[in-house]
Amino acid sequence: MAIKSLEELRKLRASLQDSVDLREKGESTSGITEVLIGMGTCGIAAGARDTFNELLTIIEEQKLSKVKVISVGCLGQCSLEPTVQVNMPGREPLIYGKITENRVKELVEKVIIKQGYLDENLLIPSFTKDGVK
Amino acid sequence: MKERITVLVCGGTGCMASDSNEMVIQLKQRIKELKMENEVTIIKTGCFGFCGQGPIIKIQPDNVFYVKVKLEDIEEIITEHIVKGRVVERLLFDDPKANEKVKEHKNMDFYKKQMRIALRNCGFINPEDISEYIAVRGYEALAIVLSENTSEEVITIMKDSKLRGRGGGGFPTGLKWELTAKQPGNEKYVICNADEGDPGAFMDRSILEGDPHSILEAMAIAGYAMGANTGIVYIRAEYPLAIHRLETAIKQAREYNFLGKDLFGSGFDFDIDIRLGAGAFVCGEETALIASIEGHRGEPTKKPPFPSEQGYKDKPTSVNNVETFANIPSIILKGAEWFSSIGTENSKGTKVFALAGKINNIGLVEVPMGTTLREIVYDIGGGIIDGKEFKAVQTGGPSGGVITKEHLDTPIDYESLKAIGSMMGSGGMIVLDEDNDMVEISKFYLDFTQDESCGKCTPCRIGTKRMFEILERLTNLEGCPEDLDILEDLAHNIKNSSLCGLGQSAPNPVLSTLHYFREEYEAYANRTISKSYKIIEEKCIGCTKCSRVCPVECITGKVKVPHIIDESACIACGACFDACRFDAIIKP
Repeated sequence: MAIKSLEELRKLRASLQDSVDLREKGESTSGITEVLIGMGTCGIAAGARDTFNELLTIIEEQKLSKVKVISVGCLGQCSLEPTVQVNMPGREPLIYGKITENRVKELVEKVIIKQGYLDENLLIPSFTKDGVK
Repeated sequence: MKERITVLVCGGTGCMASDSNEMVIQLKQRIKELKMENEVTIIKTGCFGFCGQGPIIKIQPDNVFYVKVKLEDIEEIITEHIVKGRVVERLLFDDPKANEKVKEHKNMDFYKKQMRIALRNCGFINPEDISEYIAVRGYEALAIVLSENTSEEVITIMKDSKLRGRGGGGFPTGLKWELTAKQPGNEKYVICNADEGDPGAFMDRSILEGDPHSILEAMAIAGYAMGANTGIVYIRAEYPLAIHRLETAIKQAREYNFLGKDLFGSGFDFDIDIRLGAGAFVCGEETALIASIEGHRGEPTKKPPFPSEQGYKDKPTSVNNVETFANIPSIILKGAEWFSSIGTENSKGTKVFALAGKINNIGLVEVPMGTTLREIVYDIGGGIIDGKEFKAVQTGGPSGGVITKEHLDTPIDYESLKAIGSMMGSGGMIVLDEDNDMVEISKFYLDFTQDESCGKCTPCRIGTKRMFEILERLTNLEGCPEDLDILEDLAHNIKNSSLCGLGQSAPNPVLSTLHYFREEYEAYANRTISKSYKIIEEKCIGCTKCSRVCPVECITGKVKVPHIIDESACIACGACFDACRFDAIIKP
């Protein structure tokens, strides 16, 4: 699909706004929950690929049709890899650190299904994004 | 019943050191006593990154943020906030600038210690899905520029933003573009320097892996500003994931016609190619990089002519670093004025630093220029591992130097770092503690540069080798005091006579450590340094613990008789020091 003007680009972006709102403010109309996994070289070295696969397996097992798993780049918290961000409609997006393969099951149960928190692994990002708003 | 309140307690290393673990236990106990377990959840979190203000407690959903909480404050938080719902004013963050208490941490000035511009999308979008980049206003800057600005206007925006090259030198980006744009001819090139080679620096890799489209977009903007229709990303083959994501991004951008012919109906054509480098450090130098792209040996040439006059294929070429490019879409979208309002007088915007070494929160941080080293190391980085004494930070990799304790409060920018004998470099920061040996550190860097020297000019090829030999002589305790003078002399000569930046900056680690830690060099030169641990006879009770942990078995002695370390065999690992419970062992 070739985009031929600024107008067309803006229209395309407007149609994608829902996922941005979910990621930044936890607002969404689609009801989809997103799980972002840091898959930079550092994340992968710390086991992010195993976490990713385990997540897909558990989501399939539990038949969680409204959960989407997305691989993203590195957050910068290298000492806490693998990092996972959970964005749910109606909740502040939260980041969890050190989510190795064996913590995935607990994460899915406590955070996604029961809408609680995962003790010991929760991180609060210590930065503001001031690039584009 | 759904939980009413969640209490988040920071469990980072810094906060744990000031009782945050005990706070979690007390909170849980009090909540149990009040029979509120079903309503209130206590969660221990990872580091919030405001370690200087710790321990920190955040209460949800009220979004109230308490700082410097003490154990005795727990009761008040429980009875006032959790039971009665009243905010404990005195524990709120005191904003020194606004002179008021701040309740929500998003409004805290402190929270802005890290500000993400170059890293804005890293970790937040899927780098392999172009629609996610479009959703965060991706390619809008390019579209705006192509439909609303002339090339000259783009260069004016870049000059007004006062953005400077993030690869190390700090040359004004707008000026570089202007010099290239002014050259006659219609065959020009934009090159992205992704040959990140400083030991300990990985911000370019993270950006390319996390947000490759931002680089492509910025390169197209640069092409439009300078009248270039071809871009080349020169990246080291050691970055396979970054290469893969770049290739995917280029393919997707072509599908949307963000790269190719007649972009956004403006008549401007631009496309990007990837060239792989073999990972030679010298190829980060722009003339050597261009030679390598052309298929020649990666050797620098003299300047002038500058690449802006005769670069790739002898045509005008602008070489910019990955992080520099990553800033550009934001500058176009938010304006030059916004960007130039961040930072210090001569260094605008933010800088990404890679924190490594003896620091708690290892990772990538992006802070406004002018942030002090103390803020980076202690507030964001969480301080030194095991609470040891800070000694220095090595910045600028093999071209830079050390920043010592006395300069912890210097606001960091291009000029201030140069003034104290270091340099910005690409932004690697290696934190050193009391146990690090500065002579060994500079030997490490010299070993790197003499190895990476391309060999074209004599001062660098032979000079760095000789410097390394002197350092080796010193550390083997075979040197003499005169060696230090020769070392210094040689360093200045290499700096003054080398052809390119590699040689001109290679002696910096030695000169800088020689300036700040000369006594350590002297100890080696006078052979008074002791590299082994020692046992104080009067304190040793002969428990045998040290001899059991010594990995090289150089500690001998009988039970209940003071032990002895064989100093010639000691490797100074410190295992005996950590094991001794009677303070009977002293460090070298």
